[in-house]
Amino acid sequence: MTDLGQRAPEPDLEANAEAVESQEIAKAQSLWQIRWALLRRSFRNNWKLFRRNRIGIAGLVIIGFFATLAIAPSIFFATGFWSTSVYDPVTGLEPNPPSQQLEIVQTVTDPNTQIDIRQVLVDGRINGNIGDVIDVTLQPAPPYGKHWLGTDPLGRDILSQLMYGAKAAFGLGILAATVTVLIGTVVGSVAAFYGGKIDAFLMRLADLLIMVPGLAILIVISAVVRFQLWHLAVVIGILSGFGGVAIVLKSQALAVKVKPFVDAARVAGGSNARLIVAHIIPNVMPLSFLYMMFTVTSAIQSEATLSFIGLLNVDMSWGLMIQLANNQGYLLQGGRYWWMVFPAGLAVTFIAMAFFLVGRAMDEVVNPRLRKR
Amino acid sequence: MSQPLLKVENLTKLFPVSKGFLRTPTDFIHAVDGINFEIQPGESLGLVGESGCGKSTTGRMLVKLMEASSGHVLMSDKTHTDDLIDIANIPNDQMKRFRRRVQMIFQDPYESMNPRRTVFETVSEPLTVQNIGSLKEREERVSEMLRLVGLAPPDAFLFRYPHELSGGQRQRVAIARALVLDPSFVVADEPTSMLDVSIRISIMDLMLKLADEFDVSYLYITHDLAVARYMCDRIAVMYLGKIVEIGDTEEILGNPQHPYTKALLSAVPVPDPSFKREEVEILGGITKAINPPSECRFIERCPWAKDVCRTSDHPPLEDKGDGHYVACHLVESALTSA
Ligand SMILES: Nc1ncnc2c1ncn2[C@@H]1O[C@H](COP(=O)(O)OP(=O)(O)OP(=O)(O)O)[C@@H](O)[C@H]1O
Ligand code: SF4
Ligand SMILES: [Mg+2]
Repeated sequence: MTDLGQRAPEPDLEANAEAVESQEIAKAQSLWQIRWALLRRSFRNNWKLFRRNRIGIAGLVIIGFFATLAIAPSIFFATGFWSTSVYDPVTGLEPNPPSQQLEIVQTVTDPNTQIDIRQVLVDGRINGNIGDVIDVTLQPAPPYGKHWLGTDPLGRDILSQLMYGAKAAFGLGILAATVTVLIGTVVGSVAAFYGGKIDAFLMRLADLLIMVPGLAILIVISAVVRFQLWHLAVVIGILSGFGGVAIVLKSQALAVKVKPFVDAARVAGGSNARLIVAHIIPNVMPLSFLYMMFTVTSAIQSEATLSFIGLLNVDMSWGLMIQLANNQGYLLQGGRYWWMVFPAGLAVTFIAMAFFLVGRAMDEVVNPRLRKR
Repeated sequence: MSQPLLKVENLTKLFPVSKGFLRTPTDFIHAVDGINFEIQPGESLGLVGESGCGKSTTGRMLVKLMEASSGHVLMSDKTHTDDLIDIANIPNDQMKRFRRRVQMIFQDPYESMNPRRTVFETVSEPLTVQNIGSLKEREERVSEMLRLVGLAPPDAFLFRYPHELSGGQRQRVAIARALVLDPSFVVADEPTSMLDVSIRISIMDLMLKLADEFDVSYLYITHDLAVARYMCDRIAVMYLGKIVEIGDTEEILGNPQHPYTKALLSAVPVPDPSFKREEVEILGGITKAINPPSECRFIERCPWAKDVCRTSDHPPLEDKGDGHYVACHLVESALTSA
């Protein structure tokens, strides 16, 4: 009777923070201040659990790194550190590309086309003779002082493209994940709560969306309409939200629905909408945040794939960077043009992995809590 | 008899036994099978019986968490006339008003509070959904309720989450939530059975005190006759969906008539509420009434069973005097021959 909760002893700092918050709660004038303090407290408690997980922290660090990349260009352009005419990821152009001095040693004629290969490479200087030393413009240029990751064949800065791609990836991932969670929670909770025909209808739809291969659908859709990045986000959100996530969240909601606190709310006179919104959804929400992370991963991967196939109408993205490299034949050159391929490829890999890792770590925070008690 | 607060007539609940996908069920569990009783205003009735006999199902039908398969639950409607109204016929726009008068306390204190809501949110929820009072008034009302249930000072509890409370404290919160609307009838479904033995009695005392203060009647569900004796004015003994004996507490305990009640009592040698009784095994035993035969429900376990029990239907509840009702063919003769 006298045990007031079971707080484990904590390091001083946290105990302090808790004490300060308790005071805040005691002094708070409005309910909103109290809610805010409570929210911070539960956030801190979850963070404490999350922090123990090295994998999750690694994921967060990677995400933080890419977030910095995504923000950087705006700062560079605003401060004039980068000029748009040179560094814009789409329309920029390096006016003075670096060049290399080459000496003509021999003339080679392509046996098929009868074109003098050296002539073509020597950029119109048809009259070069053996022994001449000529300047050859390097485009794509390998990394050098002005362009840390080099330029692409059009003389555009790769680093700038990479940063712009990070921004696109975050926007895409976050929008797709938000749509997923909204649809998944609502569909899952409604199906679980009402059961019967509503449930059957929603679940058959979900089955359908799971059965169709996502990428194939995306390809078909993008063949019909020109796909913008946010279209992709919404479609991925619907596919994963209405499909797998809705089904997982429904089973979770089924477990919540039969809890006595839902009955208690009903006995108090709560409407169905209130039972769903105030009692069921908040208890399946943590699980849906988990799926949010996995959706980000799959959204970024789909973007890369679609851009690579050339089905996405996007200014600049990591997928598009790889596609450019491929289209112009730089991809399969044994790493000679590595700066056009590796940065974008690694970025896709790492950010997808980072969100996945964070999801896994959240899994450990979220699931024991649902099973506990 | 005066106008009862609540009257149950032939209340029945059948659960279909699932026979596979899309097949019309032919078998039914007779969880509650045509029971009758009344509760007077301010009076508490104990519903006693072993696990699975239909106590919770009865309680849930009384608060409309479940529809009855047949039969009626009639409630007095103070604001209108003296007439009893069938709760099945309450129109939707009057459901909220019904909800104000009838509340429930649940067995499991760990599951009856939403883990994501604070004590304040939990206790004020009935006020919120009923649109009673301003936020400030609700806060005051909740604080007052917390004080009444022994959670003082209220400020120390208002904004705690369930996991920061002990089982007993949670059950106090649940009691506060059930009484915050000032109901006239509360179904308490084994409210202390999951609590630590040492705190049961304090919760029971609290409920008795509040019953007085709030002028509320309980249907107090328990499998423990000693608990029912402590809490209730009258006791109904249930067996596999049937009420087999009902009467004043002291009469039932001092002068039990039905063989099942006697068996229950002999299993409780001392009236000690902390004593956890073994399941009664009289003769073998079935635990579910799936399509039960028409004769006495207790026949398979009854040590008295005679030919008359096998040839006639389940005995009706008959008044044996002073409102002591028993459902057994042999009781009268047992009395006279004794
Ligand atoms: N929703 C349901 N669906 C199917 N059968 C049910 C359902 N609820 C209860 N039953 C069955 O009805 C019978 C009575 O159940 P009930 O919960 O009312 O018993 P109880 O007396 O409250 O038991 P306990 O003391 O264990 O709580 C049991 O056989 C149970 O299996
Ligand atoms: S009616 Fe017969 S079987 Fe039923 S309880 Fe009485 S004696 Fe036993
Ligand atoms: Mg029960």
